[in-house]
Formats: sequence, C-alpha cells, structure tokens
Amino acid sequence: MNDQEMGQAGGAALATGGTGTDSDWEELVTTALLGLDRRGAPRRPSAAGTALAETAALLDDADPALAVLDLAALHTVHQRAGLRPAAARPRPEPAPVDPRPPLPRAARHRLATLLADRSSPGGGVAPNLSELLPQWLFAAREHGYRAPEALLPDLLEIARTRSDLRRDALALAGPRGLWLAAANPSWKYALRAGIAPVASGEDEADQKLWEEGLFAERMAMLSQLRARDAGAALSLLRSTWSTERAEDRLLFLDALRTGLCLDDEPFLEGALADRSKNVRVTAAELLSSLPGSALAARMAERARVCVGPETVDGAVRVLVRAPQECDAAMQRDGISPKPPTNRGKRAWWLGQLVESAPLSLWTELFGLPPEKIVALPVADDWRNDLHAAWSRAAVRQRDATWARALLGAPFGDLASEEVPAEAPKKTRTIRRPPDRHWIGRGARGNGPNAYRAGTAGMAGDPAKLLSVLPAAERARWVAGFIRRYGLPEAFQMLGVCAVPWAEPLGRAVVNALAAARDGGHYPWSYSTVIGLAERCLDPELAPWVDALATPAKAAHAAGARSHWSEAFQRLINTLRLRATMLAELAADGAPPDADGGSGG
Amino acid sequence: MLADGAGTAVWGLCRGSGSKPYQTVVDLDAPAYKCSCPSRKFPCKHALGLLVLWSAGADAGVAPAEPPEWVAQWADGRRSRAEQKAVRAATGPADEAGARRRAERRARQMAEGAGELERRLADQLRAGLAGADREGYGVWDEVAARMVDAKAPGLASRARNLAVVPSTGAGWPSRTLQEFGLLHLLVKGLLAVDGLPEPLAATVRSRAGVPMDTADVLRVGESVRDLWVVLGQEDAQDSKLTTRRLWLQGTTTGRAAMVLSFGAAGRAPELTLPTGLSIDADLTYFPGARPLRAAIGERHGPPVASPVPHGVPVGQALDRYAEALVEDPWLDSWPTVLADVVPIPGPEGWQLADASGDEALPVTARFGGAQGLWRLAAVSGGRPVTVFGECGHRGFTPHTVWGEAQDTRGVAL
Repeated sequence: MNDQEMGQAGGAALATGGTGTDSDWEELVTTALLGLDRRGAPRRPSAAGTALAETAALLDDADPALAVLDLAALHTVHQRAGLRPAAARPRPEPAPVDPRPPLPRAARHRLATLLADRSSPGGGVAPNLSELLPQWLFAAREHGYRAPEALLPDLLEIARTRSDLRRDALALAGPRGLWLAAANPSWKYALRAGIAPVASGEDEADQKLWEEGLFAERMAMLSQLRARDAGAALSLLRSTWSTERAEDRLLFLDALRTGLCLDDEPFLEGALADRSKNVRVTAAELLSSLPGSALAARMAERARVCVGPETVDGAVRVLVRAPQECDAAMQRDGISPKPPTNRGKRAWWLGQLVESAPLSLWTELFGLPPEKIVALPVADDWRNDLHAAWSRAAVRQRDATWARALLGAPFGDLASEEVPAEAPKKTRTIRRPPDRHWIGRGARGNGPNAYRAGTAGMAGDPAKLLSVLPAAERARWVAGFIRRYGLPEAFQMLGVCAVPWAEPLGRAVVNALAAARDGGHYPWSYSTVIGLAERCLDPELAPWVDALATPAKAAHAAGARSHWSEAFQRLINTLRLRATMLAELAADGAPPDADGGSGG
Repeated sequence: MLADGAGTAVWGLCRGSGSKPYQTVVDLDAPAYKCSCPSRKFPCKHALGLLVLWSAGADAGVAPAEPPEWVAQWADGRRSRAEQKAVRAATGPADEAGARRRAERRARQMAEGAGELERRLADQLRAGLAGADREGYGVWDEVAARMVDAKAPGLASRARNLAVVPSTGAGWPSRTLQEFGLLHLLVKGLLAVDGLPEPLAATVRSRAGVPMDTADVLRVGESVRDLWVVLGQEDAQDSKLTTRRLWLQGTTTGRAAMVLSFGAAGRAPELTLPTGLSIDADLTYFPGARPLRAAIGERHGPPVASPVPHGVPVGQALDRYAEALVEDPWLDSWPTVLADVVPIPGPEGWQLADASGDEALPVTARFGGAQGLWRLAAVSGGRPVTVFGECGHRGFTPHTVWGEAQDTRGVAL
C-alpha cells in the first residue's frame, strides 16, 4: 500500500485524538518545511504532563535535525495510535426488498462468467460469450429471478455500455439495482430507462414530480403512467403542455405511441398547429396510424383523388394522378412539401398521402381484397412508388393482411416449390448487380409480386413488412425465401424473426450454410449469418447440425474448408452452451443454496 | 503411450505439433509435473490430460510399467533434492560459520547504509522540505539505489516512496515529515538492533529488508494449529512478480495471519485458498514484535465451510490498530473484521459506519477499486454487513463482504 495506490481518504477523514498536540505538529511541519537553517531548533511539546511530552523529554536534542526526526516519529505514532472514528454521514435509505427468487447456483456462476468474459471475443471454436449475454438475460428475466447482489455493479456497467441489454439487465437488477444506480452518477441512465417505479400512485405527489422533476424523471413517469392508464397520462401531459420546451414536447408526444387510441385525437389535432415542425410531423404520424381519425379521413379524401381503378379494354388497372401541389392544409396534416434530392415533388407528395391514408380506403375503392389490389397493373410507371407507400402504410397501421399481400405468399407454400437449398452455382447467378435490387419473384421476370428490397423508401422493405406478420408466419416466409435465394439477401429478414428460430427456418439457414460450404464459398462472407445462427438457432437442433457438420467427403481439406469446419464446430458448441445455460436457469425446485446470493 | 509406475508416477508421450512427441510425467505424491512441451502454463494441458486419462484407469489404456530412463531421472532428481532439503531442515544450514560470517558482513553493510540515510534525512531537514515537490524523483531514487547496494531493500523502498509523497496533493509536507520520522525510527532501530529485544529486532530487520527463508521460519518459528478462516485475498502485479496476500483468522485463537505467495509476472501464484472457508492447519509465524506474516505448514484436512466471521465496531477496529502500533510502529494497517457496518457512498469519499451510533471509518479505495466499492454497496443494499479489510491510519481498505443470512462464503471486493 503505497501512496500511489491509496486514494486519499475524502472529506470524512479520521479524527485525531484531540490531545492538544495538533498545533505542535503543525509547528514541527513548518520547521521542517522551511528548514532548520532558517527556523532554528524545534519546540518541545507544549502540553506538559502528557505521555507525549514525557517521552519527548527523554529525547536527545544535541543535533536539532535529529531531534526533529525523533519528534516527527513520536508525533506520527502517537497520532496514529490515537485516531478516532469520523462522524458518520447520513446513511442511505435501505434498498427496497426484492421478493423474487435468487438464481440457481449454476446460473449464478454462469452469469458471473458471462459478465467477466465480456471483453473476450471468443476465438476458434469457443462460443462468443458476450453475444450470449442478451439471451441469458432475457431468459433469466422470463423466469422471474432477481440478479445476485454482488453482480449488480457489473450488470449496471454492461448495460451502460450496451444499450441492447438495458431492458433485460435492468429488469433483472430490479429495485436494488435502481437503488444502487441512484447513488452512482455514471448509472443515471438506469433511472431514465423508465423501469424505475417513479409514479407513486398518489395524485398529489405525482403532480408535484411531474411539475418539478428532472426531464428524465418526468419522461419515466409519463411512460409508466401511459402504460398503466393512458387517459391519465394524457391529462398529465395536457396540464403542462403549453409550457414545455419544443424538444421535450417532441419526446413526450412520442411517449403517447404506447396505448394510442382515438381518445388522443383531439389533443393530437391540436398539436398539428404546434410551433415546432417536428412536433407537428409526429402528431400527424400518430394520427395517421389511427385509421378512424379525422386526419386519416382527410388523407383518405386526398388519396382517393390521386389513386383509383381504371378499366382499359375490359381489364382493371390502377390509375395514378399524383398531386399537383402541396397546399397549406396538407402541410398542416404533416405532409412535408420539400422532397429530398433526386426525388420528384409529385411522387414525394403522393407517397406521403398514400402512406398516411387508411388502407381500408383501397379495398373499398377497388372492391377487391388486398392481394388482388397489389396484383393489378399500375399505369405510367407509378408502381414502385405506390407499392412502397402501401408498404409503409401497412407497417404504420400494423396491417397484417396488407403486409402479407405485399410480401406475397410464403415461397414454400407454392406447389412444387419445396426445393432444397440452391446449388451454389445457381446462387451465384442470382447475385444481382448492385443497381438492380430485384429479388423475389421479380428475379424470374416481371411477375406480379415483384418488389424491390434493400433500398428503403424505394419499395417495401421486406424486413419491416415481415415484422407486422405473426412470428410463425414470418419464420415460414423467410425460410422459403432462403431455400430459394440463399442467404446473401436474407440477413435483415433474419433479424426480425423471433428467437429461437422456428425449426423450418433454422433448418433452412443451416442447409444454406452447408450448401455454401460445399460450393466452396468463403466462410467469412457468411460470418454475420453464422454469428446470428449461433445466437438464434434452436439449441435442440444441435445434434442435427452436428451430423451435417461432418460430411463424408472431407477429401480436400483446403483452407476455406477447415475454416468452415471450425465455424460449424463453433456453431455446435454455442448451441450446446446455450442449451446448458437455459437448463441451468430452468433448474427449479432447487432451494436457494448457501452460495446462491444474499439479501432478500 | 501411457504408463503408471506403481502408483507413484504416471507418464506418457503426447503427439504435439512438433516432430518429436512431448514427454509428460506427473509425480502423483507431490503432485509435481514435467513436460517437454514449450507451454508456459503450469501444469500444461498434456499433464492435465494425462491425469484425466489416469483417473479413468485401465479403461483409458493406463497400464503399470517400469519407468523409462527420462522418467526415472526426473524422479530421482526430485527425490534427492527433497532429501537434501529434509536434511537441511533438520540440521540447519550446513555451513554455520560461513552463514554467520555472511550475516555479519551484511549487518555491517546495512549499518553503513543506514548511517548514510540518516545523514540524508537530517541534511534535508536543515535545508527544508519546501523545495521537495520540485526536486522530483532524482535525489531519493539515488538514495534508494545506495540502499539496495547496502543490502537494505526495505530502506530502499521507503526512500523511493519519499520521492512520491510531495506529488500526492494537499498536506504533502505533513505526510513527508511522517515518513521521515518513521524512516528515521527504523534507521535508529537498525543501528541499535543488537540491543533490542529479539522480537522487535526481528521486526526491524525484516522492515529493513533482511530476507527470511520460509524453510528456516518453519524450522524455528512459532507454530500455531487452529481452524483458520480465510478472510480474503489480494493479488498485486509488478513487472517481475505477482504477489498474493491471503489473510487468515484463527477460530479458537482469534489471531490474525497473512500468508504470501508469489508467481512469475502475469501468472497466478500457486497457493489458493477459497475465501470464506476454513482449514485446519499449522501456521508458523515469521518472528517479529507483532507477528502477522506466516507460512502454512501441515494441513490436517480439506477446507470446510465456515460461518460468517465475528467482527467489531469501527471504534474497536481503530483500537486494535493502535494496539498493534504499540508493538510495531511502522504498521500502516491491521487486518480487521468489521461487524454490522453500513457502507455510505459519496462523492467526497466512502464511509463504513456502525449500524447504530454515529461512528464511521473513511474507506480507502484501492487503485481501480471503484467497482469493488459498488459491489460492497450492492451486497449491503443499505443494510448492515460484515466486512473484512485492513484498518489503518488512512482508513479502512475493504477486501471481502458478507451479506445477509445465507451467504457465508463472502464476496471478494
């Protein structure tokens, strides 16, 4: 323990014994500081009769310098031996009791390992632990455990640096975690995260906090109240709305997304006249996602003029007349008049109108179900703009029927489409030049359901559309897509699929990986998908993957091939580890053993 | 190839990446390991693999056999070294007269060094400390080098520390003068060491840096058998060495002990004892006025679970430090268990306060130990806990905390 390692004890140092020797010491320090040559011989301790003075009297003071050293030693030991405790500062409020059960012992050790190893990227065939942490946290939270007290600082710290872990880490940390975070300025984020039970439920205290609290506290309070009682949250917000700053108004407004309903409409209509443009746009967006709102009706009126059925030679097609101007009323309803560069004004306005209009308008106008409508030919090259706008509307209005229609039926469901993963050579032919992002059926010609992917805003983003579908359907659709087109375009879609992947999806991904391996592709071009598979495959598939990983024809052990086998081995190891992890968490019935954490 | 030599050793050849297979042998008594592989891990994976196979027995193809030459050589070498050691331990150093001569020469060198150091301290006081914060490290580093030459590494490190104190912020003159005083006291003791009572003389010698061989200590030192609770441990790294300090407390005797274990830089020292458990063992104290450092002798059983250790309130913790100072004035701290204390975080420094009453100790954070302090707070949750640490004039350095009820293992900080 040298002085470099010791933080100086802060404001609350130990108290000296108070025997009146402090001034003698000060005097001695001054003498030493200035030097005996200037200052002369030291003075003897002033308080006669004390043990210190008596001992000092025995000292030899022939050499004043040695006498100072003698006295310094005497004072130092005297002082140290006489140290008394400092006055205690106010003690913290005890943390609220967390009634949730502690982790089973093995799971507790697992968490400690996952947290400790977060810096190691995992190499070779060893699983990447930091990538498994999100899953572990999610599962532990689902089980309703509380985090071990001793690991709370590590949890709070990792959730500070990785926002993707925050929700689960903080839920697991629970009330004691928040109690701890409140004491450490670098964990303030935890209080903002909205999990803190800020609102007390007492109207008066809540109102006071709302009026006087910090922004983070107010935001947390509004979000919580909104989730519990949407109407009360709205009244709270209205009570101070006119006095809020523009950037706060924007974020408060955003909090209304939770539990949005037609009761919010009058308030949102009012916000359409807000001084801040961003507030106006957000209000309009919220209103347009309420198909029954007056704004949606106004949008429907505008859109009805622009898009409709037209019969040419007995065949129905979609006729598009893009708006000629963006008037003040449209702007008030959130239509942005100025297009981004390289976009035509009329197409820009059309896109926004259709996006904000209720989708029910079209089924009514065309008298057809969505899948028939999207199959209609579109006049004058408006097709992509129109379909992209419908896609955005389907996402905004969470309309699964329209999303399904725009995506097209799952590939696997089509007759005779049940093909194994494409041979790599074929996959290669599907690789499209970057300026043509045609995938889906469009790749085989101008099929009715062709759409573009990859360029958000140009046409429906399949990943976003998929997010509107129920999980099982989503997985089935992506599985079919991968079976047909391989993995290169599927990454984003995989990202929106529920974890663990449903079995058909998992098998499709692994089969495609095996096909890529057998086709001599480089494993590193698939590393992101492999990483995703490690985290998302159902651990139950491990034996099947194992069988697939060791094909009999290991004749040419080329460089890429050994990398593939390493990648597969790592995939298998990770799946096994995940299975173990989950089993540890599920180990119920075991009493919280002596090692299982304290507190409670 | 694997073989087992009548239950005392197991050996085998392991095909590694090189052309020649590795020769791996494990002495099952010690246990001790040898392998011709270049791995710096110890025991290496080959030795561990060998043990795994051996534990599986005949199923894994381990059959009894006569040791080949390379195994026999190693085993013989080990045996003869062990015998020599045993003989030395029983009879003391072979060359008594030579050893005494060396010790006398060393004492002379140290006394000369001590005299020089004393003159340096006095000169500095005549000139005044005022310039010390501008002089930098040069002067005292030079003095430290002289002390190393004088075979007094203890004086050397204290002298080196003097160069650092002026850069430690407000109050440095006071702290410098304290260090001057204590160093002077040590020098004074060293110059008069022959006239001191033996325990105090031993303390002075060891503080000045006279090395003490653990084997000698085990031979002559005071041995105490007790059920020793492992209170905590801390590893410190420098460029050459990893030093592990383990603190123990006797269940019956109540005595404190600290065991040191060393490893090469970047490697964990060999001795590991799980914090919170206790072992029935003979502990031999290094001689001194206030014995603390000890060596573990014979262990009489495996570690067993242990209840949360008993502790004292903060006032008594300071009293204990004061009592220890009476015998060893150079002590910076004394290992202590605090009971029923509440950690109080704060930007102006942490405190550990008695759960009832208004007395508290300031917490001295270890370098980079903030996360440890938060762990302390987390385990406490604002409620009383038991904390082991070092209590000294700077405050309390926590090492281990025991939370409520069921957790008796403690949490390292």
